[in-house]
Parts: sequence; structure tokens; C-alpha cells
Amino acid sequence: MTNIWIICRKELKGYFASPIAYGLMAFFALIFGYFFYAAVAIFVLRSTDPMMMQRGMPMDVNEWVVRPVMMNVSVIGLFIIPMITMRLFAEEKKTGTIELLATSPVEDIEIIVGKWLAAVLLYGSILLLSSVNLAVLFLYGSPEWKPIFVAYLGLLLQGACLLAIGTFISNCTKNQIIAGAGTFAICLLLWVLSWVSAYETSTMGKVIAYLSVTDHFENFSKGVIDTRDVVYYASLTFFGLFLTSRSMESLRWRA
Amino acid sequence: MIKVEGLTKRYARNVAVNNISFEVEKGQIVGFLGPNGAGKTTTMRVLTCFLPPTDGRAEVAGFDVIEKPMEVKRRIGYLPETPPVYPEMEVVEYVEFVGRLKGVPKNELTRRVDEVCDRCNVGDVKTRLIGKLSKGYRQRVGLASAIIHNPDVLILDEPTAGLDPEQRKETLGLIKELAGEHTIILSTHILPEVEQTCEKVIIISRGKLVATDTMANLNSRLRGAELVSVEVEGRSGSLNRDSVQQRLEQIPGVSKVTYREARQDRLLFHVESMQGKTVRPDIARCIVQADWNLIELHTAGLSLEEIFLQLTSSDKPTGGAQ
Repeated sequence: MTNIWIICRKELKGYFASPIAYGLMAFFALIFGYFFYAAVAIFVLRSTDPMMMQRGMPMDVNEWVVRPVMMNVSVIGLFIIPMITMRLFAEEKKTGTIELLATSPVEDIEIIVGKWLAAVLLYGSILLLSSVNLAVLFLYGSPEWKPIFVAYLGLLLQGACLLAIGTFISNCTKNQIIAGAGTFAICLLLWVLSWVSAYETSTMGKVIAYLSVTDHFENFSKGVIDTRDVVYYASLTFFGLFLTSRSMESLRWRA
Repeated sequence: MIKVEGLTKRYARNVAVNNISFEVEKGQIVGFLGPNGAGKTTTMRVLTCFLPPTDGRAEVAGFDVIEKPMEVKRRIGYLPETPPVYPEMEVVEYVEFVGRLKGVPKNELTRRVDEVCDRCNVGDVKTRLIGKLSKGYRQRVGLASAIIHNPDVLILDEPTAGLDPEQRKETLGLIKELAGEHTIILSTHILPEVEQTCEKVIIISRGKLVATDTMANLNSRLRGAELVSVEVEGRSGSLNRDSVQQRLEQIPGVSKVTYREARQDRLLFHVESMQGKTVRPDIARCIVQADWNLIELHTAGLSLEEIFLQLTSSDKPTGGAQ
């Protein structure tokens, strides 16, 4: 356990000692700010629309602002995640520092989990930036906090599983660019898989659609925690970390 | 302290290390010699549990590298050829990190870090970023972190590579100082370094063990024989190369005569004596008796450089090798 924390702390320091963390945070804040602004602007426009006024029911902030914005964040995440994970192992393999870790009395899995945990913590702190914008909603309206909390949980779970996959890909190569591009490709693929369900209704189509990461986030964005989604994210995370440990082992045998 | 038996490491196509066996006793400082690509780094990586051997066994401090890697890793300090430092870390931060990783108890950590930093002369750059340090400093930071947990065995892969002569001297001095407390294996292809620092030498070439011996034995064994350089000139006209060579070979105590070159009318030969024989007076007498001009006669002596080349250039082990 302490070893995991030692590695994790070192990784976090690495992120914050370089421009990576700040760059990603700025990138996220910019894009999120834009989406948030757009959602609020639409909300304000619609809520003053006479057609809507006639329904006699006030528009729900959660449904009109929080939900679409959170769905957007889950897609922005796909772009941020490769940039977080690409350096994790690829850099250490390139500079040779992996030799230090591999010859220290630390289990492989402790190295992997430590690095992955640091990535998750960084991703979480990037997500937290968006809470500044959401706080404004509380200032001028009265959204419910529970669905927002669930949405964040969903984003973190989704992030955790994609980060695990990114960790694995970073372990497969010495080249950070390849690690980043590969992770991005997989993230993108896991996102667009859900589009299959639009035209394919066979069992195969359903299976493929089930594999899509963003589909599983939909329930979270509504404020619903479905065990199926949690199980999906958790198993994909374990799968990613498991593959990483295998790849790390093969590294030693192949060298 | 270190025991290697029939160690073999095969990569996909080539054999990097082929059936090597050697032993290192506690407190010894051993030079691991070989040309580039001989398998030095691979052997060291096996000893540090970075790579598993394809065949054979390796033991460090009584623990097998495959069965008990954690125990081995705890007892080894390893400095790879390029020091595994993180450029974005400060020196103290890095040494502390390695200390934690190697399991140095928390309450001793600060004291140990100060100790090894002073020991390796990096005390004055403690708060500098490693990325901003020169190669020599980085090497010393690497060395400091390798001894942070006071390991029984210290494995150093080309610790002087890329250093200037001054830094090289310093680093070697430091390593020599450390020898008392730690068992040290030091790989290099620079021979004078081995002569200066090591008690025992293990020479490998193309993955095979060529010789293992103490420095003193190796010296006397290969230097006991005298190498003499002889330059001869005919009194009238040029000399027949073969007849001179034959004549020289007949001198008692001479083991080998090699023709080197012709300088105008002069011929240059290298004559090797048998163990412990002095042949210079005999050579001089022989040449004078043959009525040739003796232009030059001096001992060339086998430098360690030549010994090394001799041992590593042929595949078969030379006399006395294991």
C-alpha cells in the first residue's frame, strides 16, 4: 500500500512540476466554459419563449443545463485522457528510469496502480474545475445537487476505466506520441460504438452498443446509478490494469 | 555474496550471455570487463532481477533472483549506464524518493539522504533540478541513490562513461571508498580503471566468459612473459625475412616470433618469451653472431590493453581461464 502511494505521489508531482497538468486544466476550463455558456444561453432563451411559458411548468435546470453539459464533459474526457496517460510508462521506458522502478523492491502491480491512481486523481481534479461554473447555477437557481454528484461519479468512473486502458497502451511503447494516439483511437472507438445501435438491432448490435463507454454514462447524467453501468466501468478498469501487468511482465521476458 | 552458475540469456535471435559462471566474495570489488556488446549489461540486469535468465542460476546474498526477487532487490543497489534520474525532480527529492522506494525507514530517511549526498559530493546541489545538472553530477546523484538503503551489493554499469578525466578520477575514488562496506561489481571497457580499482577481474567477450582471476594473478600470468621488440638490419644488402625469423625462433626461451614490418632495409620483429624467461641478452648475442646490425632492442611489455585484446579477440579461452 505504501509503495502505491509513493509511486502515486511521485507521478502527481511529475504532472504538476511540468506544464501538463496546467495545460490540460486550462484546455478543459476553456472548452467546458464554452459548453456551459452555450447550455445556459439556450436555457435562458427557451425559458423566456412564450411557447414554453404556456406549459405552466418551470424548466428544470438539471435537465436543461446540467445533463447536456455533463454529457459533453464525458466526450471532452476522451480527448484529455490520452494526454494524461501517454507519458506514464512510455517516458520511463525511453529515459530508462523504468529500470529503477523494476529493480526496486516493489511489485509490478504496485507500480501500475500507483501510476493509474495518480492519473485518476489528476483527472478528478481537472473535472473539479467545472464545479466553479456549476456553482453559478446554485447562485441564481436551485438545481438539485444529488444528480450532479451522481454525474460526477459517473465521469470519474468513466475516466478511471479509460485511464486504465491508456496506462496499458503507454506500457506497450517507448514513444509517447504513439501511446497518446493509440489511446485516443481506442477512446474514440469506444465512444462511436454506440452509433451502431442506431441502425443495427440484432444481438450483435446490442453487444457492440453495450461496449460503448458513453452509453453507460447516460444514466449517470440523469442522476441514476445503475449497477450494470458501474459493473461495466469497474470491469473495464480491472481489465485495463490486468493487461498492463501482463504487458509489464512480458517486457521482462522479451526485453 | 554473488553466485552465478551456467547463466544464459537468449533474446529472440541472439545469445547475449552464454553459460557464464562466477562467484564474488563479500567485500570484494570486481571489475566486469568486456568490449561493447559482450553481455555485461545483460548479466547485470539478470543480477538485479530486471531480466530473468533463460537458463542457469544467479544468487545474490543467498537469494535466488527468480524465486526471491524482492529479497534480492532489497539488498542490491544498481546504477545503470544512464543514471535513472527524473529531470523534473530536485536532487534531495529524488534521493528521498528512491529511499522510500527501497524501503528506508521513515525516521532514518532524512539522515540517510544527507549522509549519501555528502558522501557522493552532491551536497552543494541538493536543491537544484536534476535536469539542470551536468552529466558528472547526475552520475553522482545516481550513485547516491544507489547506496541510500546501504545495500550489501552494489552493481555499477559503466559508472565512468561520459565523464571527463577529473570526474572519472573522483568517481573511481568514491567507488574505492565504498568497497569496504559493500560488495561491488563494476562494469567497464576502460582498462586502467580496472587496474586502479579492482581486486578481481571477470572478462567476458561475445557472451562467453574468457577469464576470471585476481588482478595480481592476471598481471603476473600475462606479464610474466616478456615481449621484446627487435629491429635488425643487414650489413650488406637486404635481409631474408624468413631466415631471421628462423634464427630468432631457435633462441632458447623464445615462444613466438612475429614479423611486424619493414622499414626500408630494416626488419621489425616482436619476440615473446616463455614464462619467466629473460631473452634479451640472447637475442642480442644471436644477432651479432649472425653478423647483422642490431638497430633497436627493447621490451614492449604486454599492457593490460593487449592482454584484453588477446583474450577477447579469439573465441577460445586462453591459458588458465576457467
